[in-house]
Amino acid sequence: MLREENEMVIDASGLTYKELNGLIRDRALSGAEKIFLRNVYGQRYIGTRLYSLTQTQNSSKPGTRIEIEVWGTPGNDLGAFLDGHRVVVHGNAQDGVGNTMNDGEIVVEGRAGDITGMSMRGGEVFIRDGVGYRGAVHMKEYLNKRPLLVIGGTAQDFLGEYMAGGVVVLLGLNATHSANFIGTGMHGGVIYIKGKVGKHQLGKEVGTFSLNEKDKKILEDCVGKFTEHFDVGIDQKDILHGDFIKILPVSKRPYGRVYTY
Amino acid sequence: MRRKMYEKEISACSIFGAMNIEGERFTGEGVIKAIANMHLRGNGLGGGFAIYGLYPEYEYYYALHIMFRGNEGAKKETDALLNRSFDVVHDEEMPSGERANVPDPPLVWRYFVAPDKKGKDKLLSDDDYVVQKVMDINLRIENAHVFSSGKNMGVFKGVGYPEDVAEYFQLDSYRGHIWTAHGRFPTNTQGWWGGAHPFCILDWTVAHNGEISSYGTNRRYLEMFGYHCTLNTDSEVIAYAVDLLMRRQNLPMDVVAKIFAPPVWEAIEREEESKKILLAMLRRVYAPLLINGPFAVIIAHHGEMIGLTDRIRLRPLTAGVRGKMTYLSSEEAAIRLVSKKLDRAWTPNGGEPIVVSLDGGGRGEKVDEVIPFA
Amino acid sequence: MEGEEEKKWMKSYLLPEFIIERNEDRCIKCKVCERQCAFETHRYDEELDRMFSNEESCVGCQRCAVFCPTNALTVKPNQSAYRPNYSWTGERISDLTKQAETGAVLLTGSGNDRPYPIYWEHLLLNASQVTNPSIDPLREPMELRTFLGRKPDMLEAELMDDGEVRISTEMPPNVMVKTPILFSALSYGAISYQAFKSLAMAASEYGTLFNTGEGGLPKDLRKEYGKNAIVQCASGRFGVDLEYLNCSAAVEIKIGQGAKPGIGGHLPGEKVSCLIAETRMIPAGTDALSPAPQHDIYSIEDLSALIYALKEATNYEKPVSVKIAAVHNSAAIASGMVRAGADIIALDGLRGGTGAAPKMIRDNVGIPIELAISSVDERLREEGIRNRCSILAAGGMRCSADVVKAIALGADAVYIGTAALIAMGCTLCQKCYTGKCNWGICTQDPYLAKRINPDIASRRLTNLLRAWSMEIKEMLGGMGINAIESLRGNRDHLRGVGLQEWELEVLGVKGAGE
Repeated sequence: MLREENEMVIDASGLTYKELNGLIRDRALSGAEKIFLRNVYGQRYIGTRLYSLTQTQNSSKPGTRIEIEVWGTPGNDLGAFLDGHRVVVHGNAQDGVGNTMNDGEIVVEGRAGDITGMSMRGGEVFIRDGVGYRGAVHMKEYLNKRPLLVIGGTAQDFLGEYMAGGVVVLLGLNATHSANFIGTGMHGGVIYIKGKVGKHQLGKEVGTFSLNEKDKKILEDCVGKFTEHFDVGIDQKDILHGDFIKILPVSKRPYGRVYTY
Repeated sequence: MRRKMYEKEISACSIFGAMNIEGERFTGEGVIKAIANMHLRGNGLGGGFAIYGLYPEYEYYYALHIMFRGNEGAKKETDALLNRSFDVVHDEEMPSGERANVPDPPLVWRYFVAPDKKGKDKLLSDDDYVVQKVMDINLRIENAHVFSSGKNMGVFKGVGYPEDVAEYFQLDSYRGHIWTAHGRFPTNTQGWWGGAHPFCILDWTVAHNGEISSYGTNRRYLEMFGYHCTLNTDSEVIAYAVDLLMRRQNLPMDVVAKIFAPPVWEAIEREEESKKILLAMLRRVYAPLLINGPFAVIIAHHGEMIGLTDRIRLRPLTAGVRGKMTYLSSEEAAIRLVSKKLDRAWTPNGGEPIVVSLDGGGRGEKVDEVIPFA
Repeated sequence: MEGEEEKKWMKSYLLPEFIIERNEDRCIKCKVCERQCAFETHRYDEELDRMFSNEESCVGCQRCAVFCPTNALTVKPNQSAYRPNYSWTGERISDLTKQAETGAVLLTGSGNDRPYPIYWEHLLLNASQVTNPSIDPLREPMELRTFLGRKPDMLEAELMDDGEVRISTEMPPNVMVKTPILFSALSYGAISYQAFKSLAMAASEYGTLFNTGEGGLPKDLRKEYGKNAIVQCASGRFGVDLEYLNCSAAVEIKIGQGAKPGIGGHLPGEKVSCLIAETRMIPAGTDALSPAPQHDIYSIEDLSALIYALKEATNYEKPVSVKIAAVHNSAAIASGMVRAGADIIALDGLRGGTGAAPKMIRDNVGIPIELAISSVDERLREEGIRNRCSILAAGGMRCSADVVKAIALGADAVYIGTAALIAMGCTLCQKCYTGKCNWGICTQDPYLAKRINPDIASRRLTNLLRAWSMEIKEMLGGMGINAIESLRGNRDHLRGVGLQEWELEVLGVKGAGE
């Protein structure tokens, strides 16, 4: 079913993830740039099998960025290893959103499960509501790659565990933060949180700091994108208004006295 | 002298549960569809279902589902034991579909029985008596294993994908007000019929995803209370622990959740005084029943379905509510397949139980605050 | 000592046990070695302007070598040997010679050094791979907190209308330790005040317990360190009064000790200084004799009487431990002890240390602690009374892996004695009974004892506890366990190597690969 020249709809009913992702790949190779997925129920790895689309030899238009819109509930590892494409979910996502993602964008108009943004190295993930355990676990940055995870609600325990780089923004809209072990093992990157977070909720490797002008600029940018993606009944200015804290590792090597001579 | 050798199979899994809180019975079609949707989480070496409100015509009798392997010997021996110990009001071979895709199905028989206690056994409650007989069969009769032993409920399980097991036992012909289901991914053996989930003792059933690293500690503690693990699967300990704590010791589920998945000491110390004392006491007294390692479980008994994950949530569990139906699942997608629209969906914090009771509705509002817009 | 008289007129046929090599180029004749050695091994000859060593008196404690500022000294076992003989070893010949020259019982110190199987070396730990995530102890919670004492079989709990849970069960007294490692009984008298205080300080600093042994608890240490003390009530009843019992964390009845099961103790009068006299509540200069049995305990019902006397004396606020040497039928004895009211069973194995013990006893009596833990734990479980007591295992825990294995076999926590002494400087020269400990530990000589600075020695001890605790957390994490209680009695995480069928049976573990 063709909507416009470069748009395509796939009905995922009854398809295994392998069949579905195969179809997505075929459509993309034959020129579709925007693919709508209907009736998705738990199919995994959506967006993962599109690597060679950006490679010259396999694509009519090298460097094409595919946009995938998902209706239903996508399975685990949505956008795992995603490299430059865009995935929008009209609903909730499960565990492992953006796992080891390199580039691109994932927008979830709902909540996401555990290990959201795990080991992300680049790209941007926006979750309208909350995320589960271990959000942004081991997120990292490298040279000009600096991943971003913006969460509208709050997170469960171990947000930013082992975080080595990148930016996490937790807006706390209509939510109180009750997560513990935030930033445990964190040794790089930054977490911005709006709302109250007690000292006991933080891992022992991190401290809280107030925002400087550079932080405010980053937040303005992130929140701007967030309100562009979602209508949460509150605008950018009002979200930015209020107390943010910044969480940073206090030492890059917090385990100095672990090993003997 | 032969050493006691304990075998433990390890498995990854999918779990699903559905309950009508007004007690209306429904068919398993949706549940089978949902667990089949999580096909990937199993590997075809185990599937099973527990159904409550299953045998209203035999409501007052213990329904024993018993599996026999090998020749007639095990069944003969079991029949003799049952006839000695119970009034068997009805028994029959479990109806099964020959054509289902399940390997080497054993003989499965169901018995409806009432205890016939003699001598000093009269001092035992009916439930304790049944537990003792179930342990006798499992321990002493080679090749006989009791799948389920509660009233007005039953467990159906075997080797195969859950949808195949459902087909084999013709589950589309049954109705119940709670259904729980399990798809299994054993890692180290061929899988066997007795090792499939749910595990059952009396009307308690447990469907479990994960591996219990405290299994040895849990098992040896339960042995002190007369529970013997014979089904070679770590999940079995949860069923017995639930029976011990909830039925025999009469502890409420909220307390049991704090025994299985206690808060860390630092968190306990932040609690107000009375709660601190309670939690610390639980950890001290019931330390051997801390379930360590990754787990998500759906525990059920008459009138209640409970979801719980380990204290650092190493295994997933999502809950969904639509009207009088409440669902628990390893993945949200499986719930959505059964009920596209949900009044709410959420993932509980590690160690926070979701308790779904008849009429009482689901508890877990506290968690709902944590995950907004859900 | 009896033998001293004989020595004066009879030529000794003993070879020196150690040879001291002094590098003359390095030696600066500073006389540090002379001052450090209480055995008078080193001597400065003014005429020759040279240091000499009397090797016959050297015990090989390495104090001189460590403190020599120029590393001029090497002390090593004497290689010159009798003709090799599997049966009549050098040690046997020397011991026999000593007895021929003195007519006396062979005395020794420290723990059994004979090559009995060390089961720790035959047990291997498990780790999670794939099916179960290992846990990173540095970044995720990892709990070692342990409660010692009796636990009720169950709690009676009621859910109230307001959602509160009310518990009607009474909790027996428990004592909490932050790590499952306690310091073994080392009495003041056997060890110096400074060493004793160092143990107290370290236990208090780290949140664990030390054990006073049977020599009482000096009054000046009670207020600050009493709450970290297990106070012993032994056959000599030294220093036992209500204040002593009530200032403690727990009370321990000492029946026996792994190094010398069935044997009492004797602190010679010359060691009974004023402070020791005050602490033990005996006149200064008199011998302190600990009878072999407790003379009010000739049977199990008598043990019960003493346990309840101590509970009365402490208003039922303290757990009462009973310490026995691990012997052939420990399992049955332990069961009786629990039924007699013991809240903690302390088992001291074959390799447990001592300040002084007849060598034949030390080397030949008792059973290895590994087997004792296992059989006691199993017996108590069979009888359904395992949770009515805690098991403290002692006697030969050399490293944190030994601790983990002990707990997996069924112990709640361990006592370390020798390991703690080594942390303070002990080098296991086994001459504790001479009172001349060059390291200032096992001595009452003020000149030697002041070599222990409690601030430094306690730091060495807390460092040891910290290091072992971290290692335990690493091992637990590897097994996918994040609370020590899930390891207790969890023999599924152990596998045996190089063991016979009966040994695997007693230990309750599978063989590796099974």
